[in-house]
Amino acid sequence: MLPAPEELKQSVEELLPGVTLTLESAIFWVTPNDLIAVCRCLKDTERFSLDHVANLTAIDYPAEQRMDVVYHLYSMAKKHGPVTLKVQLDRNHAAVPSLTPIYRGAEFQEREAYDLFGVIFEGHPDLRRILMWDEFQGHPMRKDYVPEDQDVPSG
Amino acid sequence: MAIDEGLQSEMQKHGVYVTTWDKLANWGRGNSIWPLQFGLACCAIEMIATAASRYDIARFGSEIFRASPRQADLMIVAGTVTKKMAPQVVRLYNQMAEPKYVISMGACATSGGPFHTGYNVLKGIDRYIPVDIYIPGCPPTPQALLHGLIKLQGRIKGQAFVKATAAKQAEYPIPEFGPNGLLPTYSPEVFSPAQQATPPAQAPATAAPGAPAA
Repeated sequence: MLPAPEELKQSVEELLPGVTLTLESAIFWVTPNDLIAVCRCLKDTERFSLDHVANLTAIDYPAEQRMDVVYHLYSMAKKHGPVTLKVQLDRNHAAVPSLTPIYRGAEFQEREAYDLFGVIFEGHPDLRRILMWDEFQGHPMRKDYVPEDQDVPSG
Repeated sequence: MAIDEGLQSEMQKHGVYVTTWDKLANWGRGNSIWPLQFGLACCAIEMIATAASRYDIARFGSEIFRASPRQADLMIVAGTVTKKMAPQVVRLYNQMAEPKYVISMGACATSGGPFHTGYNVLKGIDRYIPVDIYIPGCPPTPQALLHGLIKLQGRIKGQAFVKATAAKQAEYPIPEFGPNGLLPTYSPEVFSPAQQATPPAQAPATAAPGAPAA
């Protein structure tokens, strides 16, 4: 069984001195610098064994100039989860360490978040577009993206 | 050449059947349309149901779904045509042998459907290739697809066979990937955008496509 959120926060903070998680209902806010250490801890600590990134996506908040990246971690070994992690980034310089070295399954999801939201995953082995074509410009899931007018011949 | 209907019926009573070459040939090819086997989205599920035993498209002679465009004469565009898929659809159409027909199945293939404001969906396959039959629905029922097929058969039966088979293979231009979408956004030879009386109020007329400086 997964420990209660408060207990999980406490154990992670005990295991990783200097790291602070902010608990908001069931969401753990992590700073971008702590993300790798927290994920490694959640994966390698036998009690948590969160070995699977089920979901990784971004949320655009243009009004607050904010870009959040959301992670949902599950444990295949222990059959528990999810643990929700969120990282808050600056919308104009949205960069966060890549989880691919820890979770191989994060590779394509990070490429998708890069393609559609323009989040840079530092340390990703192959960060390029995955859904849109290579010639595409911009990141269409950002809320200020203006789609082309298909009735104009040149787009 | 038209045959006198009364005379024809009178002769049939005596076991003499008279017809025209066009009628005979079109009867044959109209009842043996081979569709190209590909589906793009949920409409394909309805197309599969149409081909299966319950609705049984074989009753209308179209059960032979071919996996090669060179062996097919009907393209059923079943589903959402994304901008990324559109060049392949046009290429497949170009590779089909004449005479060839296109059924646009469902709202997406016809106009983009619920995704028509999206950044990734083509607003209708008729922007690049000529469409013979449009089937409304989201997705259309198997009955609707069969109705479309019967309409197409009626269309084929009204054609002059010699003209239809002599038609030169038309190569339609394959769109290319551009920075915001496909280039060109439509082929002027098959499509022209509808003239809007008043521009929609919510559309930012001056905003350039693409992301603003981020």
